[in-house]
Amino acid sequence: MRMRFLLPTLLLSALSAAAQRGPGAGALSAPNANPFPSTYTPYPSRPTVIRNVNIFTAAGPLIRNGAILMQDGKVVSVGATVNAPADAVVIDGAGKYVTPGIVDDHSHLGANAAPNVWARSDANELVNPVTGYVWVEHSVWPQDPQFPRDLAGGVTTIQVLPGSGNLFGGRSVILKMVPSPSVQGMKFPGAKYGLKMACGENPMRVYSTRGPQTRMGDVAGYRAAWIQAEAYRRRWDKWLADKTGDPPTRDLNLETLAEALRGNILVHQHCYMADEMMQLIDVSKEFGYKIRSFHHAIEAYKIADVLAKEGIAASMWADWGGMKMEMMDGVRANMAIVHAAGGITIMHSDDASGSQRLNQEAAKSMAAGRAIGINVTEEDAIKWMTINPAWAIGLEDKIGSLVTGKNADVVLWSGNPFSVYTRAEKVWIDGAMLFDRTDPRQQWRTDFELGFVPVNNGGSR
Amino acid sequence: MRAITMTRAAVRGLVCMLACAATAGAQTIAITGGTVYPVSGPKIEHGTVLITNGKVAAVGANVTIPAGATRIDATGKWVTPGLFNAATTLGLAEGNPGSGGYNDSHAKGEKGVSASFNAWEGINPASTFIPPTRKDGITTVMVAPSRGNLIGGRAAVIDLNGESVASMLVKGPIAMVAELGEGGEARAETFAHLREVLSDAKVYGLRKAAYDNGAVRALAASREDLEALAPVVAGTMPIIISANRASDIRAALGIAKQFGLKLVIEGGAEAWEAAKEIAAAHVPVMAGAMNNIPGSFSTLGHRQENLALLKAAGVQVIIVGDGGGLGEDNYNARNVRYEAGNAVAYGMTWDDALKAVTLVPAEVLGVSDRVGSLQIGKEADVVVWSGDPFEFATVAEHVYVRGVENLERTRQEELTDRYKTKPPAYKKP
Repeated sequence: MRMRFLLPTLLLSALSAAAQRGPGAGALSAPNANPFPSTYTPYPSRPTVIRNVNIFTAAGPLIRNGAILMQDGKVVSVGATVNAPADAVVIDGAGKYVTPGIVDDHSHLGANAAPNVWARSDANELVNPVTGYVWVEHSVWPQDPQFPRDLAGGVTTIQVLPGSGNLFGGRSVILKMVPSPSVQGMKFPGAKYGLKMACGENPMRVYSTRGPQTRMGDVAGYRAAWIQAEAYRRRWDKWLADKTGDPPTRDLNLETLAEALRGNILVHQHCYMADEMMQLIDVSKEFGYKIRSFHHAIEAYKIADVLAKEGIAASMWADWGGMKMEMMDGVRANMAIVHAAGGITIMHSDDASGSQRLNQEAAKSMAAGRAIGINVTEEDAIKWMTINPAWAIGLEDKIGSLVTGKNADVVLWSGNPFSVYTRAEKVWIDGAMLFDRTDPRQQWRTDFELGFVPVNNGGSR
Repeated sequence: MRAITMTRAAVRGLVCMLACAATAGAQTIAITGGTVYPVSGPKIEHGTVLITNGKVAAVGANVTIPAGATRIDATGKWVTPGLFNAATTLGLAEGNPGSGGYNDSHAKGEKGVSASFNAWEGINPASTFIPPTRKDGITTVMVAPSRGNLIGGRAAVIDLNGESVASMLVKGPIAMVAELGEGGEARAETFAHLREVLSDAKVYGLRKAAYDNGAVRALAASREDLEALAPVVAGTMPIIISANRASDIRAALGIAKQFGLKLVIEGGAEAWEAAKEIAAAHVPVMAGAMNNIPGSFSTLGHRQENLALLKAAGVQVIIVGDGGGLGEDNYNARNVRYEAGNAVAYGMTWDDALKAVTLVPAEVLGVSDRVGSLQIGKEADVVVWSGDPFEFATVAEHVYVRGVENLERTRQEELTDRYKTKPPAYKKP
C-alpha cells in the first residue's frame, strides 16, 4: 500500500533514493507521500457466522433471514445461507439486523478530544488562512474517550478533518476505531489523504482584522494559493524529469495543494450556502481539481441537480441549522432532495455525539423525504452512512458494503437500525469483534478513562 | 426592512384568521377512534378527545359528540397531550450575535447575579424556530435564561401559539435558574457566594421597610434581585440549579436543605451516582438521554442510563434535550421526542418517558392545572400522531394548542416547497 497513489512514479524514485541514504546523509528530503505510515494490523479474529438475520448490504436489497460469513478479516459470503467452517463462531441474529460498519466522513475525534479543554483543542491552526502544511494526524490523541463511544455506535471508519477556521485547513486522516497507543496504529492502510477547505463565515470571522474579512476575500485567497501551487507543481515536475541543478525548496503547504491538483489528495470543502458552493465549483474548474464532497451543505437542496451533474457529494446533517446566518436556510428534506436528484448523499456528523447515532439521523432524513413525497428506501438510507461516505474518502473498494472480498467491518444491531429503540450490539473491524454491548470485557476503555470515568456497571472509578 | 416585516405580520394574521376561523367558529372538535394516552391515566383504545372552547371537555371511550362538532378521524393514530420541553430558549435567539441574528437569553448581571432578569419578556413570538417546533408536536415549553451566571434569572412556561408573549404565557415567573460547578471561582467560593445571596434575600424579606429606610447593611445583591429571590427562599418558587458533577449535586442538595429551597437539578450528568440522596430529598432532575461523553471534568460520569437509574431510585425525572450537539434548546427543541425515545432505549419504560415530557414537567413547574395531560378543563394541547411519537418515522398530523390548529406554512416548509423540484419555484402558482 505504501506510497501507492500519492505521487507520480518519478517522484517515488527520488524518494526512495532519499530514504536509502538514511539519517544523517542530509541534503535531499524529497516530497514524501507517506512519512507517517500506518502500522495498523487487524486484531485477532475467528471465522464468524451471523445467521437468521436481516442484512442491509448497501449493495442490494435487504436480505431477510439471511447469513453472513467473515473469515480472515474479509467478508466471505452473504446470502440466504452460507457454508460455515466447522470452527466458526455462530451467532443467531433472530429479529436483528446486520449492516456494514458505519463510515463518518466528517469527524474531529482525537483532535477535538474529550474533555474539551484547551490542551485538547487541537483542530484549528488559526495563525494563517492557508495552512495546507498541517496534518491533523499530528493532533490526534488516541486516548480520546470519544473513540470507543463512536465504535459503540457502529462506526468503524472515520475521516478526521482539521477545523473550518482557515481557507485551507490542512490534511485529514482516515482512522479505524481501534485501540492503539499511536495514531499510526489507527490509520487506515492505503487511505488517501483529504484536504480540508472552508468557505463562508468562519474564515471571515477568524481573520476579520487581517483578512480575508469578506467572501470575496475568501475566494481571492483560494485563487492566490492555487496559483502558487500550480507553479510549485511545475517546478518539481520539471526537476524530477531532468534532475539538473538543485531541487526546488520544499514547501509543506504547497506540497499538499499540489497533490490535490494532481488528484492524489481528495478535496473536502466546508460550505453551507448554495451560492458559495457554486463559486467553489468554478474555482475548482479554473485550477482543474475536483471537489470530492461539500460538507454541511445546508443548502445543497437548492442546487441538487448541479451537484448530481458534477459528481460532487454532499455530506449533510439531518436537521441542524439556525446557528448563524449562513445556516438559516436548513431544511429537514435536504438529504432526500439531494438523493432524489441523483446526488451522492452522505450523512455526516461533525460531532462526537451525533456520530454515535448516524443511523438515527438517517432515519430522520428518510422520514423528512417521505413527508414531501420522496420515497427514500431503507436500503438507500443505509448507503448514506456506509458506501457513499466510503466513496467520499476514496475507500469504496475496501469498505462500505457487505460483498465478498471486502473488509469485514460489520455491525449487528438489536433491531431495525432506523428505530430509536435500536442499539448496536456487536461491532467487528476486519473480522475482529471490537465491541460487544453484552460483555463489558469487550468494551474498550481508553487510558484516560481509567480512574477518571466510572465503569458503566455503576461501580467505582 | 420595516415594510417586509409588516407584510410578513399581515400574512401571518391573514393565515391565522383563515386557519383559526374554522376552529374558532365551530369551537368544538372531536378527535375520534385513536389510541388515547391521557398520561394522567391508562391508555384508551378507540378513545375520543373532545375539545370545547380551547379546553379539554371530555376524554374516554364513550364520549357523546355534540352535533356540529368538527370530527377528526384518528383511527389507527396515537393521541397524546402536546409535548412539554422544559429546557429551551425558544424565541430568545435566532442565529447568533457574532454572525448576525440576536440572542436575548443572557443577562449581564452583577457579580454573577441577575435574579430579576425575566428572560421571557424578550421572547419574539415571530421567531421562525417556533412554528417547526409546534408542528413537531411540542406545544409547551419553559423559556429560561441561558447559563453562565451563578443566578441567571427567571423562567416562564409558554404555549407555542400566539402573537404576543402575553397570549402565549401559561405562567411566569415560574422558576429561578442558577448554576454550580466549574467557572471562574473556586467551587467552595461559589457555594459561599450562593449562600450569601440567599441569606441576604431572607434578610431583605424580613426587613423590607428597614431596607427601604436605609437601616440595613449593604446586602449581597441589588434590591430587584433580592426581591426576585423572595419566593425562592420562601420555598414557593422552584430553583433550577445546573449541576453535573456528583459533588456539585450534593452541594446543591445541602444548600437547598439549609435554606428550605424547592430544588430541581438540571444537567445532572453524574446524578445517577447520587440517586439515593436525590430521591431522599425529593428533588426532581431534568436531564437528557443522549449524552455519554466526558466533555468536561464535571461530566466524566455522563451516561445514557442516567434517567433510568434515577427513575428506578424513585427520582422524578424530566427529559430535556442533551444530545450534546447544536440547538437542542432552541432550533432543535422539537427533537425532545427523540431524546425520550433514546431514554427508553437505555432503560426507561415508554410510559415513564412520555410522562417525563408531559405531566412531570407540568407538575414540577406548578402548571399541571393547565397543561401536561388530557384531563377535563385543561388547555386543549393535543397531538394526533401517525404512530409512536418517539419514532423517527412518525409524523405529528394534527397539533392543537389551546384548541387551535395553526396550519401556517413554516419558513422551512416554504423553502422546501420552492426547491423540491428544479428549476425552483420562485413564483407561487
